[in-house]
Amino acid sequence: MDSVAQRLSVVGAGAALELRGVTRLFGALAALTDVTITVRPGERRAVLGSNGAGKTTLFNCITGDFPPSSGTIRFFGEDITQFPPYERIRRGLRRTYQISALFPGLTVQDNVYLACRGVSRGRFSFLRPGQNDALMHATETLVQAVHLTGVKDQRVAELAHGQQRQLEIALALAGAPRFILFDEPAAGLSPTERRELIEILTSLPAHIGYIIIEHDMDVALRVVESVTMMHNGRIFKEGLPREIESDPEVQELYLGGGHE
Amino acid sequence: MSLLQSTQFRPDPSANATRRALIRAWPEFQNPAAWLVALILVIMPLIANGFFLIEIFATTLILGVIALSLMFLAGYGGMVSLMQLTIAGFAGYMVAVFGMSGNANISLGWPWWLATPMALALATLFGTLGGALAVRTEGIYTIMITLAIGAAFYYFTNQNWAIFNGHTGINTVATPHFWGVDWRSDIAFYYVTLGVAAICYFAVQYVSRAPFGLALQGVRDNPRRMAALGFNPNAHRIAAYAFAAFIAALGGVLQVWNYRQISPGSVSVGACIDVLIIAVVGGITRPIGPFIGALIFVLLRTFALDVLIKFGLDGNRFRLLIGLGFLAIVFWSSDGVIGLWERWRRRSTTATQRSGGGRHG
Repeated sequence: MDSVAQRLSVVGAGAALELRGVTRLFGALAALTDVTITVRPGERRAVLGSNGAGKTTLFNCITGDFPPSSGTIRFFGEDITQFPPYERIRRGLRRTYQISALFPGLTVQDNVYLACRGVSRGRFSFLRPGQNDALMHATETLVQAVHLTGVKDQRVAELAHGQQRQLEIALALAGAPRFILFDEPAAGLSPTERRELIEILTSLPAHIGYIIIEHDMDVALRVVESVTMMHNGRIFKEGLPREIESDPEVQELYLGGGHE
Repeated sequence: MSLLQSTQFRPDPSANATRRALIRAWPEFQNPAAWLVALILVIMPLIANGFFLIEIFATTLILGVIALSLMFLAGYGGMVSLMQLTIAGFAGYMVAVFGMSGNANISLGWPWWLATPMALALATLFGTLGGALAVRTEGIYTIMITLAIGAAFYYFTNQNWAIFNGHTGINTVATPHFWGVDWRSDIAFYYVTLGVAAICYFAVQYVSRAPFGLALQGVRDNPRRMAALGFNPNAHRIAAYAFAAFIAALGGVLQVWNYRQISPGSVSVGACIDVLIIAVVGGITRPIGPFIGALIFVLLRTFALDVLIKFGLDGNRFRLLIGLGFLAIVFWSSDGVIGLWERWRRRSTTATQRSGGGRHG
């Protein structure tokens, strides 16, 4: 049943992301307990689990928003457990937030420009970018990629929910991402917007791996090649999408919850 | 409103885009009222006498520059620092200590062109170190730490005689003379302050749209997300304190040249709070706010006394008027006089739009 995990553990040092015994405590509450995950470069994986299973805490530990209480995290072989978030991001890790974490007072273009600037040099530059600034071009391209060119001069606060979700993804694609953590990117999207999201995810360059937290199985299982199931802060099951889908224990715990 | 205009007049899309970018970058270049204010400020010496030139306008510009440094921190960085006047006062003291003054036992007697850069550098360092302390906290604790720094400096100047000459302070501070001009004479000094204020104003305006300023606004809105984009939020905050400290220091140098003396009274806690009042009354969302606030403050401070006496009240109660005005503005507009002005303008434009729509209907 752990075939994927076994296959991946052989890759070992070549892993994009490697968590060993990661535990995160909030006071007496263990949000994560002894989580060990290995994801190889370019791999796309879904993390499933009910509310409170520790999925978002897992992301927060990987990006350093909250450091783990114990355990180690390696990113492309480098031990990043003690790194502040920005050092991890500069090494090619990206994330999106479950509840859009954007800059509502700034325009769409400025939001994306900040994301591009954050992972390049000149973060403290006192000089305004000119018309031919390379990062401005990168910004334009990215805004276009998530279909927001029409609203690029609007303040983010004025955008519709779906557009904010798209912008959230654009921020994670800035620079040269190597691995992305998507936290419920489809939350609150219409069916059309979901199709667009699937298209964006499946058309990412092959070398970019990701972990996606998603409750919508139609989205989650169509864009990944492996699944990790979490329950009460622990890894419950790992496997291929169809294995997880047909697993009776998983159905009992998660998928079948609505049929009672 | 700007969206409406851009859809109505569209002769050439690319030229229009460039023009819009320019308007966004330098809004005041498109505003006839801004040109008018600039013109009046430039020809002011033809209109105003020495008293108005120095006691009202130069003083306004100097206080405006110091409050501008607070506006930069509070408006773009979300950090309310009460030590901006302390930094200015420190720069003023350093001009007096390194330069020439009536207190020959203290002043080192350096020429102004050496003493001034030294004062600016030391005051910027002082503000940066204070900022490095303050960024460890947020909100009310930032206010407390910066207020503590301000209060500590005030009491230190009171008690230290070796450098700060205790409560008597340093008097008859020398001001620059070169190219045959006494730069402290009324008209020359007015232009010096106007030039420095204009440079600071446009620098803040420019930096607010540069990567550093944008990132600072990002840190203000969501520091956690900024870290998840690759920025080090605290490094940006400290850099903002350094930039603001330099602006405050420029104001401090002008202030000591203006009064030709500096004493603990110039850096008192009350004066620190005055800077906060100036910035909040004017409005901390745009760089013009602190200057408007400073003008209101200086006018009240100068004329409230006469007005109060005319009404048979004690003239020393002018602070009561400032306090009431502060209360009224904070009560009606969290965004100072600028906020009131913008709300009034928006209301009048919607009114004209409504009447325009009526004609079409």
